[in-house]
Amino acid sequence: MAGVTRRFHSGDRIVTALEDVSADVRAGKVTGLVGPDGAGKTTLMRLIAGVLRADAGSIHVFGINVSADPLSVQGMISYMPQRFGLYEDLSVRENLDLYADLQALPMSDRAGRYDELLHMMGMAPFIDRLAGKLSGGMKQKLGLACTLIRPPQLLLLDEPTVGVDPVSRRELWGIVDHLVHEQGMSVFLSTAYLDEAARCDEVLLLHESRVIGSGPPAKFTREMEGRSFVVRAPEHTKRELQAALEELNGVTDAVVQGDAVRLVLDAGVKADVVEAARIPDVDIRPVPPRFEDGFIDLLKGKERAARTASSGTPAPRLTGRTTDAAPVVIDVAHLTKRFGDFTAVDDISFNVKRGEIFGLLGANGAGKSTTFRMLCGLLPATDGRLQVDGRDLRVAAAAARGKLGYMAQKFSLYGDLTVAQNLRFFAAAYNLIGARRTERIEWALGEFELAPWRNATSRDLPLGYKQRMALACALMHEPDVLFLDEPTSGVDPLARREFWRRINALAEGGVTVLVTTHFMDEAEYCDRLIIMAQGKILAEGTSEELKRAIRTDARPNPSMEDAFIALITADEAGKAAA
Amino acid sequence: MLTRVFALIIKEFLAILRDKKSRMVLIGPPLLQLIVFGYAASFDLNHVPFAVYDQDRSIASRELVADFAGSPTFQKIATLHSAAQIRDMIDSRKVKMVLDIDPRYSRDLLSNKPAPVQIIVDGRNSNTALLVLGYANAIIFSASTGWNARHGGAAPLARLVPRALYNPNLDSHWFIIPGIVALLTQVITLLVVGLSVAREREAGTFDQVLVTPMRPLDILLGKSIPGLIIGLAEGSVIILAAVFWFGVPLIGGLLQLYAGLALFIVSVAGIGLMISSIAATQQQALLGAFLFMVPAIILSGFATPIANMPVLVQDLTLLNPMRYALVVIRRCFLDQPSFASLIPQYTAMALLAVISMTVAGWLFRKRAV
Repeated sequence: MAGVTRRFHSGDRIVTALEDVSADVRAGKVTGLVGPDGAGKTTLMRLIAGVLRADAGSIHVFGINVSADPLSVQGMISYMPQRFGLYEDLSVRENLDLYADLQALPMSDRAGRYDELLHMMGMAPFIDRLAGKLSGGMKQKLGLACTLIRPPQLLLLDEPTVGVDPVSRRELWGIVDHLVHEQGMSVFLSTAYLDEAARCDEVLLLHESRVIGSGPPAKFTREMEGRSFVVRAPEHTKRELQAALEELNGVTDAVVQGDAVRLVLDAGVKADVVEAARIPDVDIRPVPPRFEDGFIDLLKGKERAARTASSGTPAPRLTGRTTDAAPVVIDVAHLTKRFGDFTAVDDISFNVKRGEIFGLLGANGAGKSTTFRMLCGLLPATDGRLQVDGRDLRVAAAAARGKLGYMAQKFSLYGDLTVAQNLRFFAAAYNLIGARRTERIEWALGEFELAPWRNATSRDLPLGYKQRMALACALMHEPDVLFLDEPTSGVDPLARREFWRRINALAEGGVTVLVTTHFMDEAEYCDRLIIMAQGKILAEGTSEELKRAIRTDARPNPSMEDAFIALITADEAGKAAA
Repeated sequence: MLTRVFALIIKEFLAILRDKKSRMVLIGPPLLQLIVFGYAASFDLNHVPFAVYDQDRSIASRELVADFAGSPTFQKIATLHSAAQIRDMIDSRKVKMVLDIDPRYSRDLLSNKPAPVQIIVDGRNSNTALLVLGYANAIIFSASTGWNARHGGAAPLARLVPRALYNPNLDSHWFIIPGIVALLTQVITLLVVGLSVAREREAGTFDQVLVTPMRPLDILLGKSIPGLIIGLAEGSVIILAAVFWFGVPLIGGLLQLYAGLALFIVSVAGIGLMISSIAATQQQALLGAFLFMVPAIILSGFATPIANMPVLVQDLTLLNPMRYALVVIRRCFLDQPSFASLIPQYTAMALLAVISMTVAGWLFRKRAV
């Protein structure tokens, strides 16, 4: 790829999806295209597949110019788009047949190829099942099998692991490794998950339409060697500690991780810089760097000048402090939800105390969104008791809803309205009038740095700003309880940190926060969390407790994902035994 | 409450007017439909092509042919020379009617006997066939009374003097165009209101609204008032066009007309909100709107009289707001109805509005994805 640029026209504006992208993807390797949503990943994939044409620059695949001869390139590659076109009403075999017909695979070769693919995917037992009845992970594997029906030389995968549970995610990666290392295929895949970058042979970091780094993932972590630490301080809450550390000079990154704070220092800065914060009994331990540390370092390097250390005043502080005696705000007992004969949520119980950040963790279809919607009063429960602030929101008076804030998945706001119009609407919806409304709107515009975007149509905002605006709308009326549905999915890591900084400040101020997520990293920010699978609670506790439960000598530092997979595997083994 | 409803109304208008596509939908198609329907939809027949098979070839028969060819309704396009040609002409749709004059025509006329004339019409479209027969009958009737007068024959026993009240020329535009006012207002209101909740559901913003202190009543008002305003505005444009462009007289009271129009729009908005709350996506809402709209138009008396429908279907039309709206609008155009005489229609529409709004409000919270 050399100097590839692609722009799109959206109304009267021109959106640059890719700006002067030059890179090499090597044969026989797994190359990861890593970047947040909206960075230009899909556009680049489609340019390589010859589905789109570049405005400038050129792409050569195996020496052939894609824009000059897309057909011969397409003969050598297979492209699996983000939402693969499976026919849900056809069985696994019929889907394979269909793609075999499209690819003109001779009848005589089919049986052998199907066997090989289904064996590779571990899907042989499901060949007659309808594609619509498969789980998210299985659908993705079937999509991959259809894509591979004729073995290509280069396989393009656009975010193959989105919406896939961690177990299937590992399996998919196993298949990709097998394709590359056993069959000599080249794979170019995109992902928004930074932890997946470490599994690639080479990565291409894409941020705001540009390549900001490339090379083997080890290169990024190597540069971070000796700069990552875990900090604990018994005298302080983890969030106070994080806020204090973040303010220090020479700190690249400080994030809450379980019961501690993960600290990354600027190059050449020694760990004793922490002493400047005068934290009693502070305990600092070096840890091996992660890929994300390298990415953050790169982004911070770019934006250090642009972005000032901390943004504005802290979010609104409310009364009350987190203690063990804090009152229960969200109380759920024996909650059940059935849709027909399908049980989406199966007899779950938990409670959340004031000022707590509580996580609902699980793969798609685990029942967490259903639980979430029942708590917000959007869905009636089939059975059981649920109370938010002492009331069931489904039957409580409308005024009770005025105490909660809600931020939907995908940051749902009125796309046709400007930022100010959206804010004004939600302020009025929450009964703010007159001077109070003006004051809160000005607060939102200032606090979330939205003032320059005041008259921008919100549909056109960058994803990170959409998220800020969604949070601003949810906080307009200073709620006591905040519901967040997949709050940072797809957002770049800096925006994610900024978002959590605000949420942390709110929780410190006594706001109760309930978060759903399928992002394992996000679980680290929660005080306590439950892991859900198939409508049931598999485990409850702090992320540290969950990880500790599976710690072994062979795996001294298990990740949240390890804990999740161990729990699911144990659960399935238990079911199989019974 | 007022703040919230007002905020919703403003938001609704902004959402419709800031989007170029929805602006177009509101302005383009209704005007286009008005023009197309206004000119095209008519029950009157003009220039019906016909052929003549004159076996008599006398002065009298040529006079009869001239009566047909000279009328604005008919246009002679062929003269046939054999009976076999008749079927061909009709089969190939070249003519709608063939005038077949018997060889004995002038002889029988002169001997004061009923003279045989055959009219063959294309019955594939029964409606046109009936109209053609009616026109032909009228021409033959006037031809024969004319002949009788000139040749001293007996005058007919009774002379029919038809006089149509309200629409003296029985111009069918006067009947159809006021109907279009109701038709287009219904289409616009259903589209504006019907798609709005589904659009929000699709975008996820409806959940966002449901978790605010907004009550179902706030949402109902906030969603239907913009529909009412837009519907009234579009309705007025069509009424203006009907009067000043198509020349349909509007002699009834505007107050009666607008009271009916407003009640009609509110009841349609309620049905739109009902459809919208059941649908999960805009596509489903659009399908639902059409599923309602087509029978609602056919069973409204817009084109075919309700009195001609089977009793069961007639009962069903009682649930159709357009049925009542058509009565009110048509009467206001051509008649001068008193307020009291329209109360049955007003009451029916108000009742339908209350029922549909109540159901829609209940569905807002009931319906869950």
